[in-house]
Formats: sequence, C-alpha cells, structure tokens
Amino acid sequence: MSATQPTTATGTTAYPLVHAVNVTKAFHGNEVLKGIDMDVAKGEVVCLLGPSGSGKTTFLRCINQLESIDGGRIWVDGDLMGYAEKNGHLHHLSDKQVAAQRREIGMVFQRWNLFPHMTALENIMEAPVQVAGQSKAKAKERALALLDQVGLKDKPSAYPAQLSGGQQQRVAIARALAMDPKLMLFDEPTSALDPELVGEVLKVMRQLAQDGMTMIVVTHEMSFAREVADRVVFMDGGVVVEQGAPKDVINNPQHERTKSFLRRMRQEEDDAEATPSA
Amino acid sequence: MTDTTDERPGPINARPVPHPWRWVALVVIAILVAMMISSFVTNDKWDFPFALRVMNYNPVLDGLVKGTILGTVGAMVLGVGLGIIVGIMRLSTNPVLRGVSFVYTWFFRAIPRYVLLTILGTGLGYLYSTFDIGVPFGKQIAGLLGLSNDLTFFSLDVNQFSSTLAMGIIGLGLSEAAYMAEIARAGILSVDKGQTEAAHALGMSSGKTMRRVVLPQAMRVIVPPTGNETIAMVKDTSLLLALPVTTELFFQTQAIGTRTLQIMPTMVAATLWYLIVCSVLMVGQNYLEKRFGRGFGTGPARGDTSMLAKLRFRAGAGGA
Ligand SMILES: Nc1ncnc2c1ncn2[C@@H]1O[C@H](COP(=O)(O)OP(=O)(O)O)[C@@H](O)[C@H]1O
Ligand SMILES: [Mg+2]
Repeated sequence: MSATQPTTATGTTAYPLVHAVNVTKAFHGNEVLKGIDMDVAKGEVVCLLGPSGSGKTTFLRCINQLESIDGGRIWVDGDLMGYAEKNGHLHHLSDKQVAAQRREIGMVFQRWNLFPHMTALENIMEAPVQVAGQSKAKAKERALALLDQVGLKDKPSAYPAQLSGGQQQRVAIARALAMDPKLMLFDEPTSALDPELVGEVLKVMRQLAQDGMTMIVVTHEMSFAREVADRVVFMDGGVVVEQGAPKDVINNPQHERTKSFLRRMRQEEDDAEATPSA
Repeated sequence: MTDTTDERPGPINARPVPHPWRWVALVVIAILVAMMISSFVTNDKWDFPFALRVMNYNPVLDGLVKGTILGTVGAMVLGVGLGIIVGIMRLSTNPVLRGVSFVYTWFFRAIPRYVLLTILGTGLGYLYSTFDIGVPFGKQIAGLLGLSNDLTFFSLDVNQFSSTLAMGIIGLGLSEAAYMAEIARAGILSVDKGQTEAAHALGMSSGKTMRRVVLPQAMRVIVPPTGNETIAMVKDTSLLLALPVTTELFFQTQAIGTRTLQIMPTMVAATLWYLIVCSVLMVGQNYLEKRFGRGFGTGPARGDTSMLAKLRFRAGAGGA
C-alpha cells in the first residue's frame, strides 16, 4: 500500500479497496466530473444513482483507466491508478503497467461487448489464457464452472449472436470474473435488456454480492439498490450530492435533486406496472 | 384439400407470382449462346484444338506456375502483410508512424506498376550496382580506421537480381501494400470501439487486442476487397515483362502466337488460363469469407443454426 494514501478506515478494514479523491475530468472543456470523492470498502456493494449525463459512466471508466483523469487521485487496493509517484513527481505508467492494473478490475458494460467471433466459452477463456498465461485446460475448466455459476451450463459453444441479451450479459459477467478481479464495475448492466430478461442478470449479481465481491453498480433498478446495496451514492452534475444506507437515501432523501430524481424513477416504475406487459 | 369441419385457416400453399419476363430473357440468352457456339464450331479461325494444345505447352505451364501463380501469391503475401502493418501505423497515436504510413501510401499509390517495375528492373541497377547490408557508412568508417574488412555482411549484385521473379514480387508487393493499407484501415475502423474497450478492461495489451480481437473482426471487411485485389494481381503479373521477367503466362502465349502466326488461339489459351485461375481464387475467397464470418450470421456457424442459415439463404435466392 502506498504511503501517500491516507488511511481513512471504513468499517473494519484498514483501508478502502477503492479510494478516490477529488477526481476531475473534462471533455473538450466540458467539466463532467467536478471533484468526486468516494471510498468503497472491501466486500462493499455501492450503487451509483443519478440522472443521465451526471457522469456515472465516466467515473466508472476513470477507475479502470478507459478514461484518463485531469485531477485528483484514484487508488485501488493501495495502487495509484495510472501513475507512479516518485520524489513528489507523477510519472505515467507504461501500457503494460496499466494493463496489469486493469486485470484486477472486472468491468461489465451496458451493451455487454462480447467478442462476436468467439463462442461463450472462448470469450471467458480469452483473458485467462492470453493475459494471465493459464493453460487452456485449466482455463476451460474454470470457464465451464463460471458458465454454470451464471446459469448457462448448456451454452459453451454458442456464439454471442445466438444468445439473448440477458444470456450475453451473463456471459460478460462470467468473462470478467474469470480474471478473479478484486473489484467489479457494472455500468447499467440491465438497461439495454428487455424487461423480462432483467431478473436473470440481477440474480447473478445478487449472488455475487452475497459471495462478498466488491462492486460498484450504476443502475436504475431501485429494488436492486434497496435490497443489495450496502450504500447508495447519488450523483448529479458531476458531483456526489448525497450518499448513505439505501433505506435512508431512497426512502428519505435530504436534497431536492435526489428527491426529484427519485420521484421520477418512482413514476416510471408505476407506469411500468400500470401498463400491461407488452 | 379443405377440411370443412375446422374453419380455422390451415397451412399456406400459395401459387408463386408469375415472372413471364424471366422466361423471355432466358429464351433470348439461349439464342445468343447458341449463335456463339455455332460460330465457334463453324469458324475454324478460332482453332480451339490448337488453343488447348498451347495451354499445355511446357513454357506456357512454366510461365503460369512461376510468373503468374507464384508471382501473385508472393506479391499478395507481401502486400497483405505489409499493408496491414502500414494500415495499423496509419491509425497509431504515434505521429512519426502516422507520417511514414501516409507518405508510403501516397507514393506507392501514385506510381503506376509498370513504371515501378521498369525502375526496379533497369534503373536501380544503374544507380546501385550492389546492395550491401552492414554497418551504416561502414566503408567510410573502415577507410578512416584503415580496416581491410569494410563492415559489410551481405552483398547482392543488383543487376542480376533486378530481372528475377523475386524482384518482381517485391515491386508488385510494395505497390499492393499501399492499397491493402487503406483496406486494412477501413476494416479496423469498422470494428466497434466497445470491443477494444472490453479487451483493455480484461487487461489485454494494445498489441494483443489488435491481434486477438480487432483484426479477426476486421477480416470480415478486409477479405472481400482483398479477393478483388488478388484477382487484379493475377492480371498484373503480366507486367513482370517490364523487369524483364519472361516466365509469365501472357508473354509465353504471345511468343507462341508471334512464332506460329496463330495470334487469336494463343490469346484464347491465355484467357482460358486466367479464367481458370480466377475461378479457383473465387472459391478460396468464398471459403475465407465464411471462416471470418463466424459468429456474425453471414455464413452458417457451427451446430443447429447451419440448417436455418441455408434455408434462409435459399429463400432469399429464390425471391431474387
Ligand atoms: N467521450 C466523450 N466525449 C465528450 N463528451 C463525453 C464523452 N463521454 C461522456 N461525455 C459527456 O459527459 C457527460 C457525462 O456522461 P456520462 O458519464 O456518460 O453520464 P451518465 O453515465 O451519468 O449518464 C455527458 O454530458 C456526456 O455527453
Ligand atoms: Mg451512463
């Protein structure tokens, strides 16, 4: 663990697994993240809520360096992401070092991004074999176990195009898990899915949370946030507006922006229930 | 047959839409083909038996195998390999690589292949009689230090090398790489950005992401125009004469034509060989398209979908 990281104890762990301080990010002068602070303890499940355009996706992408940050620092498990600090100077890490840091972090995308030219099994085996250098036999055994874990034991040789959206997203989760990450990032994993397929993906995520995985989940699924999250963080306009236990933030929000967002979400949920399923 | 006890509509057994003009077109084409065959048979200036014999003459076969087929394969291997590298360089974040790639493509697309081969065949040997590999400025350094060895490890007589098939392959390959670079670039750009991000998120390096994730998908876009380029290359091997390399199909058949004064049958012999070679190439292209279309539903994939894909294809063809 880096000496420069302040030890803000969250819960019982000595230091948080994710420790983000004053993270800023702008696209062409448009400031999208305006100083985000966030700690996530080992084994904690954090749900990120907020209206579209509030910077949730950008923040997740900054954590595993799909975007570079303009200011602030992000540590994951004590490692400063993207830079090495020597004698008070920051040095960019090489591509190789960045890739090594990313191995510790699994990411699940809104549009799953499976490799279409590989079967489900090959998708899951790809990183363990090509990146971690595992033997094919060992990687295959683990991949089959992961497929079983996400309820797709019978689909190892299916190509992504032959799977439903929910099945593809579950393969994508298995693919990320195959590298044994310390942290899993989910960016609206169910929002591109047909309503009847949302449940099967959430079930896999729920199980993962129960097994003790540290997770940051951007989602609009209020029931998931309420039941699974240890903490809910509400973002708007590139800042964290409020955070706390799900029941406090969702049932008793303090800020006007949180209130109006939740009101809208509730409205949508009611509308969805009122209209007979298509 | 209708079942009156059940009033719900049964299976559809509809008559197809009539296509009278298809039949008219077929008859017209049949008449034209018959006229053509009749002229082939009645006009003995065609002399097909002689053309077939020319096709099997040893110098012709030699030219076909060495200059035309080997030349095509060699030039395309060099062209595709180098072209993909130049195409990737063009998309690099490194401005030096991007610049080199741009200048390469600019130069080799501008220069006609015939001119390029003439320069390589005659001009190069005039400028540099030998091609040496060694320490840069080795001769000068050796002179300064008074060494007997001039620090050259490998030396090639350019005048001899310039009129070999290898030189022809290099020339055609360099030219081809400029076109392939553009094709490869388009192919790489056609792959969704999410694919690169997913690979990076798994901890893959940029090189591995390119080789394992991006290029295999880009191939789907790269293969069809590459088939086109290969077929064009088969015909461009006739330019090898500029070097000059004469073990090549067109020169050999033409030589027989001028010697025997049977120009047309020898041209027929060459044409037939070109048709055969290109037909074989089209089969190869078809195979490659299927191979790289895996998982995209463009060709039958493994397992139970293949039957479905075939049926869909047949239905599509029938409606055309
Ligand atoms: N690559 C990019 N280039 C320019 N603007 C971007 C880019 N990515 C995101 N943005 C902008 O940043 C803002 C936040 O986007 P995002 O992080 O996707 O929000 P959210 O996920 O909360 O909906 C949006 O206004 C979006 O237009
Ligand atoms: Mg988003």
